[in-house]
Amino acid sequence: MVPARVLVEVVVVIKLLNKMKLLTHLTFISGFLISSVQLSYAAVLADDRADIMTHYYSGGGVTAQGPALLVRKGNDKSYSVFAGYYVDNVTSASIDVEAQASEYTEKRDEVSLGVDYLYNDTITTLSYNTSEESDYLSDSVNIDMSQEFFGGMTTFNIGYSTSSDTVKRSDNDFNKDLNRYRYRLGLSQILTKNWITSFNYEAIAEKGFLNNPYRSARVLGAYVPEVYPSTRTSEAYSLRSLTYFDWRGSIRFDYRFFTDTWGIQSDTFEIGLNKYLGDKNIFEISYRLYSQNKASFYSDNFDAEMVYMARDKELSTFSDTTLKAKYTYHMFENDSGFFSKGTFTTSVSYIEFEYDDFTHYKTGEKYSYTAWVAQILLSLWY
Amino acid sequence: MSCCQSVLLKTMPIVLLAGLATACSSFEPWVQPYEREILADPVMSFAREPSIENHFSHVYEVREGSHGAGTSVGGGCGCN
Repeated sequence: MVPARVLVEVVVVIKLLNKMKLLTHLTFISGFLISSVQLSYAAVLADDRADIMTHYYSGGGVTAQGPALLVRKGNDKSYSVFAGYYVDNVTSASIDVEAQASEYTEKRDEVSLGVDYLYNDTITTLSYNTSEESDYLSDSVNIDMSQEFFGGMTTFNIGYSTSSDTVKRSDNDFNKDLNRYRYRLGLSQILTKNWITSFNYEAIAEKGFLNNPYRSARVLGAYVPEVYPSTRTSEAYSLRSLTYFDWRGSIRFDYRFFTDTWGIQSDTFEIGLNKYLGDKNIFEISYRLYSQNKASFYSDNFDAEMVYMARDKELSTFSDTTLKAKYTYHMFENDSGFFSKGTFTTSVSYIEFEYDDFTHYKTGEKYSYTAWVAQILLSLWY
Repeated sequence: MSCCQSVLLKTMPIVLLAGLATACSSFEPWVQPYEREILADPVMSFAREPSIENHFSHVYEVREGSHGAGTSVGGGCGCN
């Protein structure tokens, strides 16, 4: 007996797919996958590897840092299991906290478990993520399939995630649900011996409490509770290109377009340059530019009460730019011993955020801030 | 709809149709497996360090109004 709740969810998903004209695309691609099986090329599972990382973010009155661990182990033939652990130790005195409350600290723990399964040149990935902090819980299940075609020249990916979140407040018993459904399609293509490109599409449907429960809108200067729509549907398209050059380096271009039912549209451009120095050192520098327009129900200060009201700076008109430098050192590579290869990587980034229609609550001037992001990573293959 | 989105939407079906047409004929990859040494080089990976990529995705997702078509799934908030 299929539970009624499951049937309702299936109907909702089919309606959503139809609405977004995804069903046609999925049917087409499924047929494409089936018709091309005879041309597939042996897929390969990811290497057995352990990543041990410490990460750091500081900007806009917020500091978040902690360790992260990612371990992967398989049998080289049919499966590879992986597990991850990630910690955020957050101290926040952001402008939103300053305006309405006092500095706080909290910890977020995230655990992920998954398995890649290789069968008939198709890699199926099933994974589970759970994240917990004092005022936000999230559980998600993800399934992805990847298939190579045309002698390994083309790779298709298709994926689906569903997450169930609980939004809480740490100072009272406030408790609301948020459900999220993500649909992904991807295509990567070898163009020449030294040029690869990829296209990715993702549709995300969200339903539930989408506000931040601590933040407020302003009406004629007075703070009132924010009111958001209870649904949001968004689509993102990305195009990436990576080209190798004879000077022992590569240049990467990324572009992403995003649009949603709240009226937000954004563009993200990124260019990166990788360069070998000797055989053991890789330097990377990259520049990222992001810009978005505001949500239709955003205002820094409303003239009158509206049905939906937001003064969340993430929904305002703003842009940010990132300059990143990364260095990787190949420590060793050998055929004997437990570890076959080891690398050390460190990355430092500088980000500037500039808001067009979000003002500082004290000065009334347009708000802006800068942030530093850093990671130190040790990777070991075995 | 922006110009870039329009181009992407128009281009994808053409790429897929071209792929399907090719699948129906005898296909010879124009880059042979033994010619892919460069493509296997670490500097030719879109996500050489997945741990670092996941951290960046989280940093941006909680501070920008956009998400999706990237590297991360799942995750929580940590965002006030």
